[in-house]
This record gives sequence, C-alpha cells and structure tokens, in this order.
Amino acid sequence: MNDFELLKHHDIVTDENFASQTYWKGVFTRFFAKKRSVIGLIIVVVIIVLAILGPVLSGYEYREISSVINPETGKEVVAKGLAPRIPFLHKLLGKAPYDDFFADKTFLFGTDDLGRDLWTRTWYGARVSLLIAFVTIAIDVVIGMCYGLISGYFGGVVDSIMQRFVEIANSVPRLVIVSVLAVFMPKGIGLVIVALLITEWIGMSKIARAEMLKIKELEYILAGKTLGASNLQIIFGDVLPNTIGPIITQVMFSIPTAIFTEAFLSFVGVGIMLPECSVGSLIEDGFNNITTLPYQIIPPIIVLALLMLGFNFIGDGLREALAPKLKDM
Amino acid sequence: MAKYIVKRIVTSVVTLLIITFLLFFLVRIMPGNPFPSERMTDEAIAAKRLEMGLDDPIMTQFIRYMKKVCVGDFGKGTSLYNGAPIKTVLNKAISNSFKIGGIAILLGTAVGLILGIVAALNRDGFWDVFCSVFSILGVCVPAYVFLIFLQYTFAYKTSLLPYFFDSMNFFKSTIIPSVSMSLFTMSTIARFTRNEMVEVMDSDYVRLAESKGMYGTKLVTRHILRNALIPVVTVLAPLIVDLLTGALVVEKIYGIQGIGKLMVDAISGEGIDYNYVLALGIIYSALYIGMMLVVDILYGVLDPRIRVAKKGGDK
Repeated sequence: MNDFELLKHHDIVTDENFASQTYWKGVFTRFFAKKRSVIGLIIVVVIIVLAILGPVLSGYEYREISSVINPETGKEVVAKGLAPRIPFLHKLLGKAPYDDFFADKTFLFGTDDLGRDLWTRTWYGARVSLLIAFVTIAIDVVIGMCYGLISGYFGGVVDSIMQRFVEIANSVPRLVIVSVLAVFMPKGIGLVIVALLITEWIGMSKIARAEMLKIKELEYILAGKTLGASNLQIIFGDVLPNTIGPIITQVMFSIPTAIFTEAFLSFVGVGIMLPECSVGSLIEDGFNNITTLPYQIIPPIIVLALLMLGFNFIGDGLREALAPKLKDM
Repeated sequence: MAKYIVKRIVTSVVTLLIITFLLFFLVRIMPGNPFPSERMTDEAIAAKRLEMGLDDPIMTQFIRYMKKVCVGDFGKGTSLYNGAPIKTVLNKAISNSFKIGGIAILLGTAVGLILGIVAALNRDGFWDVFCSVFSILGVCVPAYVFLIFLQYTFAYKTSLLPYFFDSMNFFKSTIIPSVSMSLFTMSTIARFTRNEMVEVMDSDYVRLAESKGMYGTKLVTRHILRNALIPVVTVLAPLIVDLLTGALVVEKIYGIQGIGKLMVDAISGEGIDYNYVLALGIIYSALYIGMMLVVDILYGVLDPRIRVAKKGGDK
C-alpha cells in the first residue's frame, strides 16, 4: 500500500482501444499503416538477404569461371555467355553454344562473356554496393550531426563561420570533387568512398542544425543549463536523441544517392575495379556486351531500380510517420 | 531587393573565386615534373621554370592564370587531343552539350508540366496513377539505362535512329540522348507540379475563387498555376545544371563530344590531364553557382512574399 494508490476504486477501467501511445510506437504504427512503406521495407529486406545469401547458395564464386571437360575431345569448355538456365524452364529459353555440356548446371541469370555465374555476381555486386552505401552514410551521419549540432548550438560567430564553409562546400559540383579526387587517389573503391564522404555530410549537417535551432529554445534545455549541464552534455546527451527521426529519414534518402553515385562512378571507370564488381560495374559489363549477350544487363538494372524504389518508399513512409500532418492522422 | 541581389552576386563571385583557387592549388601541388628530366639538364629546366614562372609564389601564378581564364584562355591540354588549345575543344564541347541538354530540358519541362497539371486536375484518376508510376520509374532508373534501352531497341534492333551521335545528322541523332536525359527532369517536374497543384487547390483562396463563381481554365491559369509553379523553379535549377553540363554517362555511351565526355576522358584515361581537370572544374563550378544565383533572384522576383521577407530580414 502506498500513497499513490486509490483506496477503493480497484475496478477503474482504462481505455485499451484508444490507449495513448509512446512517440516511437506511434511512428511504428503509422509507418506500417502505409502500403508503400511496407512494400519498400520488404523489397529492401529481400535484397539484403539475397545479397548476403545469394552468392553462398549458388555454389559458385563471384570470380570463378565455370568450365567442364568435353568428354569426346578432352578439352576444357568454358561456360561463356550462357543464357539463363533455370531447371525445367531453360528448355523454353534459347540455347547458347556449348549448351549441352552444361545440362546439369544451374545458372539462374546465365553467365557473362568470361563464363562467370551472373546470379552470384549480381548479388555479390549488390553486397558491395550496399556495403559502400551503409559504411559511408554511417560516417557521414556522425560527421554531419556533430557539425550541424555544434554549429546550431553555439550560434553567433561560430555558426556563421561554419555555415560559410558549408555554403562553399555546397557550391562545388559533385563532379568536380570526383575529378579532383581522381587526380589525387588511385581509382577504385577508396575513391568512391571518399567522394561520398565529402559530399553527403552536408545534407545531414543542415538537418541537424535546423533541429538544434528548434530544440535549443525549449524549456528542458534551459533546465539542463540551469542545473549546470556542460555544453557537451546538452548537445550530445539532451538534443541529439531528439534529432534522430529527421536524420533517419535523411539516411533513407542518402543511401539511394550513394548507390547511384557508386554505380555512376563505376560505370565511368573510376569506381570498382575488376575482378571486384558492384551494381554499377555490372551494368557497365552488360552494356559492353549488349549486342551479343543482351540479357546480361537486366539483373543488375533491376536490382538497382528496386533498391532505389525500396529506399525511397521507406524514406517517404518514415517522413510521414515521424511528422504526421493533421489530416493524415 | 536591389541590395539583396547585389549581396547575392558578391557572395557568388567570392565563392567561385575560392573554389577556383582551391582547384588551382590542388592541381599545382601534385607531384611530378612538367619537363622530361632525362633529356634536359638541370640548368635548362631551371631556366625553363623561370621563364614559365613556375617558381613564383602560388598567388602570383594564380592571378596570372585567372587573367588568362577571364579572356577564355585555358592553356593547352597535356595529353588529350594532342595538346590542342583547350579553348577550341571546350567551345565545341559546350555547344554540343548545351544543344542536347537544352532540348532535353525543354522536352522534360514541357511534358512534365503537362503531365503534372493533368494528373492534379484528375486526382486519383488514370493520369494521376500514370503520373505517380512514371515519376517513380524516372527517379529509380538512371538516364543511362534508358539510353541503353533506347539505343538497343531503336538503333541496334531496328536501326531507325543512328547508333552513335553524328553531328552531320544532328536532328536524328539527338533524339535518343535527349529523350533519355529528359526522363528524370520530366518525372521530377511532373511529381512536383502535381503535388504543388494539389496543395494549392486545397487552399482557402482557391475555394474563395470558386465560391465567387470562378471555374475552369480561368481559375486554373490565374489562381492555381501561378502559385503552384513558383516552387517548381527551385527544383528545375539543379536539373538544368545537370543536363547542361552533360549527363556524363549518356555522352560517354552515345559518343557525344560534350563536356561530360571531356571530363570522363580527362580523369579516366591512362594519364590524367590536369589542365582539362582544372578548366572543366572551373566551368562546372561557374555554371552551377551562376545557376543557383539566377534561381535565387528569379524566385524573389516571382514570389512577392519572399521579396518582402528578404527585404525585411536583410541584416
């Protein structure tokens, strides 16, 4: 028995149908109420799972060239440029030269001009693209948030100096940054990552700063200051957790940008180098062989488009779920 | 307003100067010797360096370079096009890129606007659904994929259109690149116009106009479109810059001698051509910053609310 318990009315009924929700639970419900965001989430999850498991399931290595020994001549026959071979279904599709030698093998997406399994390569490429995107965006979030929060919190001279810098950094076209990097760095995965690190933090910092400007006027910050909390504690302990929502939304829109940029750089020839592959370099490979092996370009394009679609849908859904307009409630 | 414009122009010029200096500085500190040391003596190299002013302080070198750039002289390429003057190569590239980019912008904006307006007027109807599917497609699939697809079907399979760009056959060979480049603009503009229109159509002043008995074309053109189109200007600007400065990959695939192709050639070949990187970097940055400036000013001119706010808020 304590002081806060009602003495008699033990049968008070609480309204369970319209119980008040915590903020994050509300976000969760609103997010899953939208068909589009659920579709987006499913697409992304399926692609991530396939990117992890796909190369393992196929039984080929991404750089392995499949071949068999021709029993009649004893020579090696390489599985070059085979059309997709799906068990049972492959008889309906066209036959490539040497087809009969590989009658017992499965190439779900076919093989490329060197005889590598495209199913394995596609998912391996998706894995590389996703990894690049996740890693760079994670670092960009940290940089951008620190920059934006500090700039917004201190205001005044600090803010205007930091914002002039952002203005200048934002006026440099992405292409110029990439070209200057290409002068300084060897081509390859490192160049893609650095290019993304330099460009993508700006958006994050703007959002973090805007949130900080909003939040720092609130009473609980004043209370924190009155109680003697240090600047560091207020910025990272009190304000940061409340900026998570908009930042996550921005992340969902930054990941497709990162994947797109990576694909574009690899296509131009300053990104991923052989024999590594990514979605972009696979599209380039497909394009180079389009007249002879037109099907080769299709899987990476579909994966790229679906990734864009999925992340954009999730981003849209999250934005609406985090800041619902009155009419949507 | 005048004060705002002047301030905006000054900051743009300063930003451009800073970027140009950074580019210049970065390219200058690259290791490497411009003269073949095995064929020249140390004294000869020293004399040549003195003659070309390579030992001057970097600020002096920069000012000398900028003086030349102001009259359009970017020097010569080191490895591309056998050292032809960059100015001539660049002029041709810019004109190619601008022609195709211009067509793509016109096409994308016109079709995008019409699609967006039609979608908003038939809300939840067929065109609305079509518009949203189309805009999703346009955002999810890069322009070069459309290009590859168009090239494969219309040039390779059916040979209705040329497979590569050919300046002799300008009209026919611009169809594939400009259509594929315009799709992103088209879808973005369509979606944006549609959303803005819908928002404006739900606003009180449109309801007031309707209740006064205004309807049809007059209502759409005088009240809805005017207000819905202002924000479209902002999304249009970065799109224009992207298209004018050449969709890099599109130019590379379709063999168009444009700025984008030049940039790819300068950075992705065996030897990197520093002079081209520098010249193109300046051109790109100038176009980008210039475009942002135009949009900011245009936005103020178009929207009286912003004009007033900026006048009041100017410190």
